[in-house]
Amino acid sequence: MEINTDKMGCCAEKPVIRIYSGEKLCKNHFNEYFENKVFRTIRQFDLLDKEENIGVALSGGKDSLTVLSILNRLSKQNPKIKLIAIAIDEGIAGYRDKTLVVAKEFCDKNKIELHIFSYKEEFGLTLDEMLRILNVKPCTICGIFRRYLLNKKSRELKLTKLATGHNLDDECQSIMMNQMRNDLMASARLGPKVGLISNKLFVQRVKPLYLCTEKEVTTYAFLNGLLDDFNECPNAVHSFRAQVRDTLNELENEFPGTKYSIVNSFLQTLPFLKEKFKDGEIKICKSCGEPAANEICNACVYIEKLKNKVAPQL
Amino acid sequence: MHKINVNVFIDRENSSKIISLDVDTTVKALLNKAGINPVTVIVSRNNELILEDEKLRDKDEIRILSVISGG
Repeated sequence: MEINTDKMGCCAEKPVIRIYSGEKLCKNHFNEYFENKVFRTIRQFDLLDKEENIGVALSGGKDSLTVLSILNRLSKQNPKIKLIAIAIDEGIAGYRDKTLVVAKEFCDKNKIELHIFSYKEEFGLTLDEMLRILNVKPCTICGIFRRYLLNKKSRELKLTKLATGHNLDDECQSIMMNQMRNDLMASARLGPKVGLISNKLFVQRVKPLYLCTEKEVTTYAFLNGLLDDFNECPNAVHSFRAQVRDTLNELENEFPGTKYSIVNSFLQTLPFLKEKFKDGEIKICKSCGEPAANEICNACVYIEKLKNKVAPQL
Repeated sequence: MHKINVNVFIDRENSSKIISLDVDTTVKALLNKAGINPVTVIVSRNNELILEDEKLRDKDEIRILSVISGG
């Protein structure tokens, strides 16, 4: 990871952030540093081709708005890069309804095509309703249904890539969570380009903010009018991820650069992990026809469980 | 010893209060006093971002904004 040091150190403007190398940057130099880092990430990891039909997974939060804002600029400069946004309405009262308003406003203002798909319409129940029926960890079931819908709808919309707002902090948390669960195969699926096996049923997911810390993304969002009121998913507060996140942030405060080091060392081992697990088989779900690791995909397994629990009450 | 009064808004708690601090108190000291890890927030004064070594001034409008969001 290099830092573009052009023009740094000779700026008389007020600094707005101290980046991890210790440099203090003003608003303009930080914007330049941040955007250069995103474009360098796209080039370094070959995230986009010259012609793309990109979808951005938009939640209305600062990360996805930042990705959408930067890729929208790229799209306007390059007519071969087409862009739309996809939002998933899980049905989390008091949370998603608010962020979707922000997502819609941003897309209206910037004339970006936005497609919204909801759990209620696609699966018959909101996440809140599912959680009242099944005794499961909210983030597990929500993640399964969200990834399922994002991939299916991206494919139906003929997207060539799906960009997400995952940042360096998110990746670092996932790496550590997988270590603690002894799940190397899950780690092999991580990285700036998600997944192990390319298959026409999968739309390639990419993470342009891969090397940007959450603090850098928030700073960029603040400086560029992309930061809305604080909003955290009520289900995420007590999750395993939240505990790992807090521990990593304590370590980062004590030992600056910890998160960069974890992700950098992970990037060196990632090619070996991808090689080790590349021979896994993609199956087709017998129930819905979507790609699956087993005979029936995880989404259909949970849909069946929900049906079985709901039916006796009807 | 002179004191300064700053109005501090913490977005994660959606709460605002006036805090009395010693003159020359820095942003870092304020965060420490509030038990907030500086890695997890950005801080603005009158809607402009300021760094941790910045000294607070009397009647400052400080906003402590969480970098953590989403789910």
